[in-house]
Amino acid sequence: MSVLVAMLTLMLLAAVMAVVSRPLLVARKPDESDTPKRSELEAEREAKYREIRDAELDYRTGKLSQEDYEAVNGALRAEAVEILNKLESSEADEVTKDDRTSEEDRGAEEDRATDPAK
Amino acid sequence: MSQLGGACLILALGVCVYGIGASIYGVRTGQTQWSESGRRSVYALAGILTVAFAVLELAFLRNDFSFNTVADTSSTTTPTFYKAAAVWSSQEGSLLLWAWLLSLWSTLVLFLTRKRMRDVSAYATAILLGFGGFFIALMVFYANPFGTTDPAPAEGVGLDPLLRHPSMMIHPPMLYSGYTLCIVPLAFGMGALLARKVDAEWIKATRRFAMAAWLFLGIGIMLGARWSYSELGWGGYWGWDAVENASLMPWLTATAFIHSLMIQEKRGMLKVWNVSLVLATGTLAIMGTFLVRSGILSSIHAFGGQTLGVPFVILIGVLILSSIYLVSSRRDMLRSEHRLDSLLSRESIFLANNIVLVGLCFVIFWGTYFPLISEALTGHEASVGPPWFDRYTVPLALILVLLSGIGPVIAWRRATFANARRNFVIPLSFALATLAVLLAAGVADSKPFALAMFCCAAFVLGSVGQEYWRGVRVRRAIAGEPAPLALMALVKRNRRRYGGYVVHIGIAVLFVGVAASSSFQHASELSLSPGQSTKVGAYTVRYVRPTASVTPKYDPVHTGSTLSLGAVLDVTKQGKHVTTLTPAEDFYDSGEPAQGSVAHLIGGQPVSQVGIDGGIKRDIWSAIAPNIDTPRLKRIIEIGNKTIPLVRPDEGMIAVAVMAREYMRSPPPAEFHLIVSPLVMWIWIGGAIVACGALIALWPAPSAVRARVSVRARSRAARRLARA
Repeated sequence: MSVLVAMLTLMLLAAVMAVVSRPLLVARKPDESDTPKRSELEAEREAKYREIRDAELDYRTGKLSQEDYEAVNGALRAEAVEILNKLESSEADEVTKDDRTSEEDRGAEEDRATDPAK
Repeated sequence: MSQLGGACLILALGVCVYGIGASIYGVRTGQTQWSESGRRSVYALAGILTVAFAVLELAFLRNDFSFNTVADTSSTTTPTFYKAAAVWSSQEGSLLLWAWLLSLWSTLVLFLTRKRMRDVSAYATAILLGFGGFFIALMVFYANPFGTTDPAPAEGVGLDPLLRHPSMMIHPPMLYSGYTLCIVPLAFGMGALLARKVDAEWIKATRRFAMAAWLFLGIGIMLGARWSYSELGWGGYWGWDAVENASLMPWLTATAFIHSLMIQEKRGMLKVWNVSLVLATGTLAIMGTFLVRSGILSSIHAFGGQTLGVPFVILIGVLILSSIYLVSSRRDMLRSEHRLDSLLSRESIFLANNIVLVGLCFVIFWGTYFPLISEALTGHEASVGPPWFDRYTVPLALILVLLSGIGPVIAWRRATFANARRNFVIPLSFALATLAVLLAAGVADSKPFALAMFCCAAFVLGSVGQEYWRGVRVRRAIAGEPAPLALMALVKRNRRRYGGYVVHIGIAVLFVGVAASSSFQHASELSLSPGQSTKVGAYTVRYVRPTASVTPKYDPVHTGSTLSLGAVLDVTKQGKHVTTLTPAEDFYDSGEPAQGSVAHLIGGQPVSQVGIDGGIKRDIWSAIAPNIDTPRLKRIIEIGNKTIPLVRPDEGMIAVAVMAREYMRSPPPAEFHLIVSPLVMWIWIGGAIVACGALIALWPAPSAVRARVSVRARSRAARRLARA
């Protein structure tokens, strides 16, 4: 193996190790990713909005009668409200959890300030 | 540089093994930093394989014949464009292309989903790396693209002349992109099952990849058909060849999935069906690669050897068994959230369309693998030909085209018969008007299937046209926009729906071309001498004179042929000149000096250069097989072989030039294949319309640029919706 090839291979290996090991070496940031529950609900919400738009277009282009459209639209909107409510309560839970965590952090800091031994 | 390429492969295999372990450990223990590290392994894999691919590509461009792959599939006389593309003409190069493309698509999907579906994407990462690792292991242990020979040969064998066609150079990357993109939804589908998160989110994350797979496979199939039509010299664009079928099967199941996923997105239904379709599509994509690369079934497109058969069979077996286990063990959570509201609804039409598509796939699967099945059962390899395929696929294709016209005019959830009747008036009028015109003209009364296809296509045009027209009318009524602007706004706001409608038009147009060209074709195969003529349909074709050129320097189409023998054909209709065709057959250096110093220069596989006069009404297609086995021409070759040394190919070319002159001086009769086919051009136009429609549907909607909605804004929206 020539020196150049050996050097190139080592450089590639170093680059790969740097890329792959970064999450293991760098201190973890607060998790920015969507919680699974919320992202599921958001996917459901988007799908429901699309369904409402499609039903409206079907009605306006004459594929749904007034009566059927009202029934379908009413059902869809009720389902959408349900999803939005779930989404709202899931987000409220997260906010409460965050507040609780920051309050605990603050409490710990205050404890440390009053009693440096801690 | 071959050592660098080899090191890249070893490193890539190590990265795959590490990434699989890290992803699974991360998701099992909940330590997300390990899953993150696994995801980054895919990025690293893409980088390493990019370097490896660049090394191989450079070797081809630099004529580095120390690489076995370069020596076997390229030469100094191979034109540069074909040299660059010759990488994937070899077994080893195509495996590298496969792994490289998979790593690129995997990187893209994992980057896009980096903040979502943590568990699903960790399992998907492991599965994607598993596929990558499989192909890299094949290269490391069975077919190394960086294998070398010392000392390097002075000249390579050259690219298979059949592959020296522009569309054949784009066709494999398109097909492989399609195959590798099929693996992305498969990985996420399996990931969703493993993580027990089978809602619509994994479908939403991979929907565009499934559509892109469908588009790339479709483009690949069309390019392959175009190559077959203009290069293979048999006059057809589809011969139900095993490898053609192998690419069509995943396309059919992907088409079914693209339709049925909408039902899961909207209604939470068909979860078992959708995940099964995704797993089947991915497995069929692997089987497609297996057919091309294993050489297990004879095909004009099979370019592999027998060595890869066993690993592929093991992979396919593992895929099928694990798919069955995962779906059956998770069947409780795959239960539908809703039931069909009405049998007269778009959901029902989509279901019917799915059944037809899967039925088509099953027929093609049975016909393709029949030689293997019959050999296993009876010990004799028997195969089925185009008539067998036509018997089953033609009626199914008719139903499919009809459904693609019915679907757009039926509403989601429920439609009433009164509304459906009203919506069918225009499409039915189109179909009946077409029927009346064709019957009156007496064009299609003896071809019932063609007649039915024309009427179904007219039905589709009527139904989609009506949809566009009504949509624009609604838009104009709401926004008061002029018609062109209203049309653009309509499509922009509903890309999936209206892009999909364009695809339906394209499919209808394509099938009109297929029905017309196969049902009303006139063909003739005969021997003609200069001055003689023959009738093909309404046209008279006269063999005016032969043509001959010695072409390493003056090769008009840059394929690197040494000798080209052809004909000038004058085509007339009722005495009036229509066109002049110049079909030819190109001869290539065989690269086997044992044939003789002159004989080897023209001893390679001859390839047709088809003469076509294409138009929107009809194609006139011609191919020639010149006879070079005459005593005079053979004598020139014999003398040349005896008197010209092998080391003087320039003198050998002088002998070839003497042959060409002799051929012109006293041309022997040549075999001609002449075909007049109506509406062939509409197959390519239909394919282009399908691609445009798919691009419209794939293009991200403006709403995709989502802003986070605050809790308060959501509450407001909820109150508004509740009030409405």
